[in-house]
Amino acid sequence: MMHLKETELCLGLPGGGSETADTSLKVTGKRGYSQTVDLMLNLQTNDQSSSSADDKNSAANNNKDVIKPPAKAQVVGWPPVRNYRKNAMAQKGSGNDEKVAAAAFVKVSMDGAPYLRKVDLKLYESYQQLSDALAKMFSSFTMGDYGSQGMIDFMNEGKLMNLLNSSEYVPSYEDKDGDWMLVGDVPWQMFVDSCKRLRIMKGSDAIGLAPRAMEKCKNRC
Amino acid sequence: MSLAGLARDAGDAGDYFIPYPDQVLENVLENVLVFLKSRRDRNAVSLVCKSWYRAEAYTRSEVFIGNCYAVAPRRVTKRFARVRSVTVKGKPRFADFSLLPQDWGAHFTPWVAVMATAYRALEKIHLKRMSVTDDDLAVVAHSFPNFKELVLVCCEGFGTGGLAVVVSECRHLRVLELIEDEVFDDEVDWISCFPSDGPSNLESLSFDCVESPINFESLEKLVARSPLLKKLRLNRHVSVQLLYRLLIRAPQLTHLGTGSFSPLEESNNENTRETDYVSAFAACRSIVGLSGFREIAPEYLPAIIPVCANLTSLNLSYANIDAEQLKPVIRHCHKLQVFWVLDSICDEGLQAVAATCKDLRELRVFPIDGAENAEGPVSEVGLLAISLGCRKLQSILYFCQQMTNAAVVAMSKNCPDLVVFRLCIIGRYRPDHVTGEPMDEGFGAIVKNCKKLTRLAVSGLLTDMAFSYIGQYGKLVRTLSVAFAGDSDIGLKYVLEGCTNLQKLEIRDSPFGDSALRSGLHHFSNMRFVWMSSCQVTQEGCLDVARQLPRLVVEVFRRDEEEGGQRGDFVDTLYMYRSLDGPRADAPLFVKIL
Repeated sequence: MMHLKETELCLGLPGGGSETADTSLKVTGKRGYSQTVDLMLNLQTNDQSSSSADDKNSAANNNKDVIKPPAKAQVVGWPPVRNYRKNAMAQKGSGNDEKVAAAAFVKVSMDGAPYLRKVDLKLYESYQQLSDALAKMFSSFTMGDYGSQGMIDFMNEGKLMNLLNSSEYVPSYEDKDGDWMLVGDVPWQMFVDSCKRLRIMKGSDAIGLAPRAMEKCKNRC
Repeated sequence: MSLAGLARDAGDAGDYFIPYPDQVLENVLENVLVFLKSRRDRNAVSLVCKSWYRAEAYTRSEVFIGNCYAVAPRRVTKRFARVRSVTVKGKPRFADFSLLPQDWGAHFTPWVAVMATAYRALEKIHLKRMSVTDDDLAVVAHSFPNFKELVLVCCEGFGTGGLAVVVSECRHLRVLELIEDEVFDDEVDWISCFPSDGPSNLESLSFDCVESPINFESLEKLVARSPLLKKLRLNRHVSVQLLYRLLIRAPQLTHLGTGSFSPLEESNNENTRETDYVSAFAACRSIVGLSGFREIAPEYLPAIIPVCANLTSLNLSYANIDAEQLKPVIRHCHKLQVFWVLDSICDEGLQAVAATCKDLRELRVFPIDGAENAEGPVSEVGLLAISLGCRKLQSILYFCQQMTNAAVVAMSKNCPDLVVFRLCIIGRYRPDHVTGEPMDEGFGAIVKNCKKLTRLAVSGLLTDMAFSYIGQYGKLVRTLSVAFAGDSDIGLKYVLEGCTNLQKLEIRDSPFGDSALRSGLHHFSNMRFVWMSSCQVTQEGCLDVARQLPRLVVEVFRRDEEEGGQRGDFVDTLYMYRSLDGPRADAPLFVKIL
């Protein structure tokens, strides 16, 4: 029997959304995404709809008891939308205003790279994990040091300036207010909630962001 | 030698003497048959007599294998010796919805191995739902010096490494179309592997399903040296800025897949705003088909307006846009015949389509959200509007949360040319939401009024009555898809006894059992396949069929690959098909062949 936890709606890449400690992005062998989203585009039927359907069904409900699944169970392969299409739609992370955001897809661009990637921030639990994932995506990119807590120490001006003066790449992000900030200025969860998109730029290009970042950080903390 | 010449040789015998009459007849026939393209006609020709059989086999250049397990590769190559084009279909369609276990089969390897020696002049391979490896692609690249076209639809098992081998070694490649395949990212820059010396012969390149990023510089150069390129379908890693660069190099395109259709960056890019996308599209006077829009930034959509008046095919089914965003574009699409879209456009968007697209032949409306909700963005209102506006409709696939019989009946009357009617009411067992009645009457009207109907997919609350209509009126129906429907065995019996032209039957989660199965014994050998999953057939019932029809391969398995194939008292999945060469040798352990 299915456990309800497993039926929770979620959109995402394989291995995502679990409660376990190890949530690093795993590529489960050959079948990158086919196993995942077949369970995804699915039922969180609100109670009203299922009960009204049941009322109308009761008249015609002879042998259906054997087959008809319980209202909130998973139905594999339903509706009959090709896995390919389901995966493609899942990557958008757009559309419904779910009470609980199932995924947090943001675009990631890197200066000098000809293509745009997308990453689901909900798959990671710390800046370090995000950094590792980004490093894999953009292999020429090495991220600066995030320190023991996984956050840039914005309070230490010296350290910050060192980072920004290097030729290493630094990720910046656009937050809810439309401001471009350095990644790492707020606790991880706050970052996930406010990040709209990511841009990986050379440390030297990011210098202009530092003062604003420190200012905002001081105001927040 | 001419017949007249032969007659002369006979002197004045007053009698026509023609040596080897059969040979002459065959020669004549061969010359005629070369022009015969239709598969069905050729099959008929081959049945006339042995001589015609031979002539037909000798002249058939395109072979179509509807089920890769229906016949062994060697049997095909022995009969048809001079083949230039091969089409093979593998897995049953429900594999697309994860109902088929991973390693079930449909391997291309045995086919390519046999063809590599038998069909040296092969030019075209078209595969659907097959498992294709990089090694298979390498064999293709190495074995066929004249190879020109590779089309892979819903295939898996290969990666960008395999693609690299094909594009670098098949020097006459004209067509490479990858459609909804799962392609591994081997991190190989396959686009750069096209030969770079001289112009290329490329006419069609589709890679919108390839999830890995592409080397744009190489792609741009490839497009620049492909003067014959007519169809180009990009993947979502190509931003709208990059698309622009390609468009200005290839104004001769007839079909374009636009890639992401959103900008790489929005900030600090005044020059992006100035880029004249409208002019770029306007310069493409030949575009008749548009698709892509994989991550659309809706404000860019109006850029396609210059080509709308000529469009016959528009695929917006990955574009999350609403009615207001659709209207300025669709109102120019007077010639549109094929339209695929997301239900995000709502009934209002469909009304706009109905108002303009009077020539529409095929409509597909996909759901943005697959959850079973009480209400959805499209409903009977949209269906009715389409039926009133698009009288020439031939094919429809419509996902919705609720429907009424009245709307379906109206469509059956307004669109008599319907050949394909597929309605998917996402809420299972959902009745007519206005009357509370089952959807029997609606589907009944479809089979009754649409006299050309060959393909039908049903949904919603359906009783055996619906199937009685289908059996009674659906005489031309060849493909039938059923899910969560019917009351008892009688439903399936109606279909199996009534639908004399039924070829492909796929049923899931419906209360049909052994008794119903038995009622099809007279017909199963005429069918391509029967699929029944989560129904009420038992092992004994399936065994019974297998015993009575030895030419049928009867496979039984569980979707979760547990051995035995049973789920409680019933068989989890039954998949049976006719075969000339008996049960397949490559069945995995979890598949039981009875």
